[in-house]
Amino acid sequence: MEKTKKIYNKFQSILLSVSQWIGSLTDTQLLMTITIFIFFAMYLVAMATLGGGFLHAQQVFDMLNDNASLIIVSCGLTIVMIGGGIDISVGAVTSLVVMSCVLYLNNGGSLVGSILLALGIGLAFGLVHGFLISYLEIQPFIVTLAGMFFARGMTTILSVNPQKAAHEGLAKLRDTKIVIPWLGYVAKNGNLVPARVEIGVVVALLCLIVVFILLRYLRLGRNFYAMGGNQQSALMLGINVKRTRFLSYLISGLLSGISGYVFMMHTGAGNATNAAGMEMNAIASSIIGGTLLTGGVGNVAGTFFGTMTLTTIKKIVVASGLNDPWWQSITTGGMLCFFILLQSVVLGKRAKKKAL
Amino acid sequence: MQDNTLLQMRHIEKRFPGVLALNGVDFTLRKGEIHALMGENGAGKSTLIKVLTGVYQMDGGQITLDGKSITIHSPQDAQSQGISTVYQEITLCPNLTVAENMFIGREDGAWVRHKLYEKRADEILAKLGIPARSSQQLGDCSLAVQQMVAIARAVDQKCKVLILDEPTSSLDDKEVKMLFDLMRNLKSQGVGIIFVTHFLEQVYEVSDRITVLRNGELVGEYLTEQLPQVELVAKMIGKELDELSSLKEAPEGEEEEKEVFYEAKNLSSSDAMPFNFSIRKGEVNGFTGLLGSGRSECVRAIFGADKVTGGSTFIKGKQISVTRPIDAMKSGIGYLAEDRKRDGIIAELSVRENIILALQVMNGFFKPISRSESEAFADEYIKVLNIKTASKETPVGSLSGGNQQKVILARWLLTHPDYLILDEPTRGIDVGTKLEIQKLVLKLAEDGVSVTFISSEVEEMLRTCSRLIVMRDRHVVGELKGQDLNQEQVMKTIAGGEAQG
Repeated sequence: MEKTKKIYNKFQSILLSVSQWIGSLTDTQLLMTITIFIFFAMYLVAMATLGGGFLHAQQVFDMLNDNASLIIVSCGLTIVMIGGGIDISVGAVTSLVVMSCVLYLNNGGSLVGSILLALGIGLAFGLVHGFLISYLEIQPFIVTLAGMFFARGMTTILSVNPQKAAHEGLAKLRDTKIVIPWLGYVAKNGNLVPARVEIGVVVALLCLIVVFILLRYLRLGRNFYAMGGNQQSALMLGINVKRTRFLSYLISGLLSGISGYVFMMHTGAGNATNAAGMEMNAIASSIIGGTLLTGGVGNVAGTFFGTMTLTTIKKIVVASGLNDPWWQSITTGGMLCFFILLQSVVLGKRAKKKAL
Repeated sequence: MQDNTLLQMRHIEKRFPGVLALNGVDFTLRKGEIHALMGENGAGKSTLIKVLTGVYQMDGGQITLDGKSITIHSPQDAQSQGISTVYQEITLCPNLTVAENMFIGREDGAWVRHKLYEKRADEILAKLGIPARSSQQLGDCSLAVQQMVAIARAVDQKCKVLILDEPTSSLDDKEVKMLFDLMRNLKSQGVGIIFVTHFLEQVYEVSDRITVLRNGELVGEYLTEQLPQVELVAKMIGKELDELSSLKEAPEGEEEEKEVFYEAKNLSSSDAMPFNFSIRKGEVNGFTGLLGSGRSECVRAIFGADKVTGGSTFIKGKQISVTRPIDAMKSGIGYLAEDRKRDGIIAELSVRENIILALQVMNGFFKPISRSESEAFADEYIKVLNIKTASKETPVGSLSGGNQQKVILARWLLTHPDYLILDEPTRGIDVGTKLEIQKLVLKLAEDGVSVTFISSEVEEMLRTCSRLIVMRDRHVVGELKGQDLNQEQVMKTIAGGEAQG
């Protein structure tokens, strides 16, 4: 009896300290923590029940290899969303960059030139979007919708047919993989299959780190949060809101350019339907990662886990034998709905507690 | 005394199209003083503040700060010259930490040194006695603390003049006390504080001096201890009785015998403290009190316009439940809202459509009022109320304020209410129309309609109402009728019993 009481008290005190810890978190940190927790829980469940590929480290690396460019555009979108905006052109810009770079390389362009071209296209879109949205004060949804149609159209004009890149340098880049033997596994035939990571993943992780530092430790990054939290206040606090907003779209455009190049390194071919729906996946990643559409709350670390969560659920669906593509869409939809509900419940509870 | 002067505003003039909002106003603020700026709506308080903070450019006059003549171009400019403002609605970012809110927008370099800012913020918070941690998210703090953080930011910016614009309206008593302690603390450090509020008791609790404005003109500057509350109220409202003759006949004694039409017991809403209220058939009564004393909140609770949180309501002794405006309308209650633009007219719709709106809602949308019927209604009320409009299809937005008000009146009259609540029906409209509306109120009462009338102008209420409920700081503080219905008594009650006349 005495013992159970002791355990009960201990349990109570742990609960109390956990709730105190949660209370000390900012909204951004809390939502991100929830996402990370759910991601690991989901992955562990998948390991335990489905086994197979989930038991190999390569599963995680495959998820990264396939989604490097999604991670990059999600970073850009997170910045824009934290500032209270939206950019739905990112997928189309990625696609345009892929097509332009492939054609450029196939027509005798250099590797360095293609990188500059990719960054240039991304920056150009960011520049125009940013200018129209911040200085002419047009709705971001409309502006980037126009940008999306424009970029898609341009991609099709460049080439209706898929274009395969036939550049030696690019092929080399594509085939260069970082090999990590100790994370590999022994196949059925007894051979060691080492884990392989593409260059694109390194680029994506670099982008992630840079954006993380920008948002956390740079003045500009904190200004994004201030602007998204309360635009009027940000103005009164002496922040140049117009320039800040302009820069958020510029960075998002630049990241779309990088994303396009990474996409090309992964597939090695341009296609008018490349990266179709990527903007929606990026928005979903950001939201699952704890970025609020209303602005002011979010974090790229959360966004990274948002992308991974989204990818894991798709893998789980496939591994469960539901191969038809619509199952992925349906689970993605359900997942998004679940996270939004969870976020509003958690934040609502917090607001209520505060009011008392 | 003279060398103590911190800020001096001389002969400030500000014109808006057709209105002289400030007419040669003088204002002087001394070091280490809390100076209350008082006046009713439209007196020019906020215009004066906005001139001082650079939101408006003055059309004439001179501002000197620390003996030097200055011009102020923008709020940022005012801030850099040492004039900071903390507004009623908090202009900080709730999603950032307390420390960030204190330093964002004024750091040097590209990097944010979180640790350094948090340390400095903690020092400032401790010095000013503000109960917050610098690493805390601002949105998690109470409103009072958020306001104090805004003040701390201003103080750290070396502000000499601190303007507090209605800082206490959303705070509870304990939080107000905390804020006042902070204000006294700053005062002892030599900061000059301009305190704008409509809570009389708070003015007497904390301020050293009072400047009263009325109709854009300076009434005077007084030492708080030398100005009794009654006199302050009289100075704010003004004693000039206007030339219009008294409309009301001698108070009728038989009113007492008429049955009680509506009664509220301990009614409270999200914005109104519990109150008791009743009105007889054919009676005209009114809520009076200064702006923000809670008079509108009470009638909004009666109509169900705010979330009702407690109490019970009766019509002719039978209990009814009013939680939404439609419940009140079905019980025969009409409510003409205080804010005509927000809660009244739908500017894009025509006069006719605005008039039939309430009746249509009561009928339900499956029983539309036919075109010919609605045209007949519109014609009738345009004539009865003498609404000046080009045609019944003219958008209401293009009518003058007085005529818009008549359109809303027509809307409610069309529902044939037994009880009509008119909240500031005469605000911002010309004298002729005012008189028409007052006459209409008395006529309705004769026809057996109960009317509750609210107006900022006491004379107007005295002319129309046979009973006045007086409110101060969100509480009912008195009820006046018969012999007591005179200006002096009303002002005494508004100002509170503790003041000696």
